[in-house]
Amino acid sequence: MSQQTPNWASEARWKKIAIWVTAGSFVLLIFLTFDTLSKTSVGGERVRAYSVINQEIDYRFDAQKNRFMPVIGKEAPLFGKVVTEAEAEQLVTLGKKTVQSKNCMNCHTLLGNGAYYAPDLTKAWLDPNWIDAANRENLMLAFLKDPVGNARANASGRKMPNLGITDEEAHGIVAFLKWMSAIDTNGFPNNFKTINAKEQP
Amino acid sequence: MSAILSNVSGKVTSLFAFTESPHLNGGQKLASKYFTVAMVLFLAQLLFGLLAAIQFIWPNFLFGWLDFSVNRMVHTNAMVVWLLYGFLGSVYWFLEEESGTEIVGLKLGVIGFYVLTIAVTLVVLVYLLIQTGPGKDASIWFINEGREYIEAPRWADIGIVVVILVFFYNVAATFAKGRWSGVSGVLTLDLIALAGLYTAGMFYLTNITADQYWWWWVIHLWVEATWEVLVGCIMAWSLMHLLGARRKIVQTWLYIEVALMFGSGILGLGHHYFWIGTPDYWFSIGGFFSALEPIPLVAMVVHSVYDAGVHKFKATNHPAMAWIIAHTFGNFIGAGVWGFMQTLPQINLYTHGTQWSASHGHIAFFGAYATINIAFFYMAVQKWRGNVWMSGDLPGNGWKWKWSVGLLNFGVLGMTVALLIAGYEQAFIERAMQGSTWDAYFAAQSHPWFREAMVWRTVFGLVTIGGLGLLIWDLMTIGKDESRPSLVLTHEE
Ligand code: HEM
Ligand code: HEM
Ligand SMILES: [Fe+2]
Repeated sequence: MSQQTPNWASEARWKKIAIWVTAGSFVLLIFLTFDTLSKTSVGGERVRAYSVINQEIDYRFDAQKNRFMPVIGKEAPLFGKVVTEAEAEQLVTLGKKTVQSKNCMNCHTLLGNGAYYAPDLTKAWLDPNWIDAANRENLMLAFLKDPVGNARANASGRKMPNLGITDEEAHGIVAFLKWMSAIDTNGFPNNFKTINAKEQP
Repeated sequence: MSAILSNVSGKVTSLFAFTESPHLNGGQKLASKYFTVAMVLFLAQLLFGLLAAIQFIWPNFLFGWLDFSVNRMVHTNAMVVWLLYGFLGSVYWFLEEESGTEIVGLKLGVIGFYVLTIAVTLVVLVYLLIQTGPGKDASIWFINEGREYIEAPRWADIGIVVVILVFFYNVAATFAKGRWSGVSGVLTLDLIALAGLYTAGMFYLTNITADQYWWWWVIHLWVEATWEVLVGCIMAWSLMHLLGARRKIVQTWLYIEVALMFGSGILGLGHHYFWIGTPDYWFSIGGFFSALEPIPLVAMVVHSVYDAGVHKFKATNHPAMAWIIAHTFGNFIGAGVWGFMQTLPQINLYTHGTQWSASHGHIAFFGAYATINIAFFYMAVQKWRGNVWMSGDLPGNGWKWKWSVGLLNFGVLGMTVALLIAGYEQAFIERAMQGSTWDAYFAAQSHPWFREAMVWRTVFGLVTIGGLGLLIWDLMTIGKDESRPSLVLTHEE
């Protein structure tokens, strides 16, 4: 192999290309990151204010966008009490910290990320399994505090273990789940029939 | 008290006394320590994976004692840590040869190793014995952060960063004192990015969309950008070492790979931003750039096969060469093909967060990263034994290494196919037909096709563990009674 290396295959040229491509991609990513973070801050169109837990939330097919979208409805305070934005944030924060401390993500997925041993929690608040809107809050609280005793039977035989979740923490988790169900996830999951769809077909 | 302490530390260091081989330089002795712990964690990874797999079949198994969440977390965390141990070790291994000088802060490096290993032990003990805490910051700081792959509590995150800084200092300062090369330049810059990215996962956010946005910076920009380039550097060095490949060719390839890998992988990050609340322009950006990610992986296959062919497969270390080939194909199939299969948003809407992801996760991590580490362990053992013969004509025709290559690859491939079948079933029944409710989820999980797939995954898991047992045995015995010196390559500089 004695012939000269052609110019396009030279080490120096590829070194330059590598540097420019990397730098260019990274700069673009930074730019997109600023844009995305500003569009997903709490209180915007995509990620709602924490006080959205004061309202009715649904998830329906939007004919114009041709995908499923969260729908924020009339007032429907969580646990029967209207909360301020600060109180709501405190409650959702307690829920999020409990979700992390109890390691929910190593059985469940949240927004589709996590483990695959138990159902996705993205729209858990809207799941028809909670029977109807009147029963839902109490069923959820009871289940979280004692998942073995209040197991919702399923054919796989899997059960959620008792994680020592307190009453206060359970309230936080329910608030977190309600808030999360209002996030605009670009139509994921698709074709999800909510608890409300079951009530008013 | 101090007597007890020095007694204990004496016992611990004597565990690693065998790394004090006269055939190794300082960095290589330190690397051998890293490799030893890596193998122990590899075994732990598979055993906990097996427990989790059994729980899919018999959900009552260890219920309330070692729940699925605990086993799975130990499984994936042991994997991340042993792969990182292998990488740190590999870099320490070739640092002195590549820089032409002694490691600047070797003592500090050794202390770093012990500190890291003690921290890892403590974290695992807390995972197993304490498991979960109340919904307070203290739990996130001292028990478990609850975010997949980077569950390590915050105190450990900080410890990891400090040890990585020591490692980084050793790498950069040693090259600066000795000499720089193309490989070492790429390696050093890549390590800055790798360590910097870890800090993107080190803060708490209630906004789960922003939380997962940064979480993916660590996970994706590690495995699909900085880790790929790191193993590119390790590969470059290995090919020169194993085959006598020319530095100029290897380094040109390395630059090509960096350009293609970073050029596709950095913005390919967008394939995780389809459904977490982020804007829908990520559909096009993530879909387009991640679809290009297989290209550098094809380039790597071409590169290694070409190099091996040019050198007529005359290698100084046959088991290592076999694992290098397994690495290039595994990387291409696991990351390139299995990743590509689910990377377009039109497909990902239905496969996101199903057993498809688990199928891809297994073949990608094994194919791309476990393989190259195993190749390096063989190179290390060869030198540790006194640079003995490790090409063809090994005692017993090298049956142990050949069977362990076969069993490990066949086992992981079998698990991958079983999980893919489960993933198809789940995507169709739970997602496409029944709309992803709890009932839909359990309908899919209880379907006979799913159940059978879980049994096959466990069977192939046992095959994998058999392969690992053989690998450990082989690494402990290969070259033991060997008197022939290693094959000498005719270098064509
Ligand atoms: C060696 C490199 C790679 C490794 C180790 C790897 C590993 C993984 C793992 C473990 C996950 C699951 C993450 C979770 O737990 O949620 C994942 C997800 C994913 N990977 Fe990779 N991957 C690699 C390369 C690639 C490439 C090159 C592509 C595309 C061409 C790709 C496409 C994807 C996609 C689309 C997902 C998301 C799956 C979902 O929506 O659930 N990966 N990867
Ligand atoms: C004895 C062999 C193994 C068994 C039985 C096993 C079992 C499992 C199980 C049950 C899970 C949880 C999946 C879920 O949430 O549904 C898992 C996850 C995972 N395992 Fe393994 N595993 C084995 C070997 C490996 C190997 C060799 C690797 C890579 C080197 C690996 C990497 C992973 C990864 C990355 C995940 C997370 C996947 C995701 O989140 O998408 N495992 N494994
Ligand atoms: Fe990715």
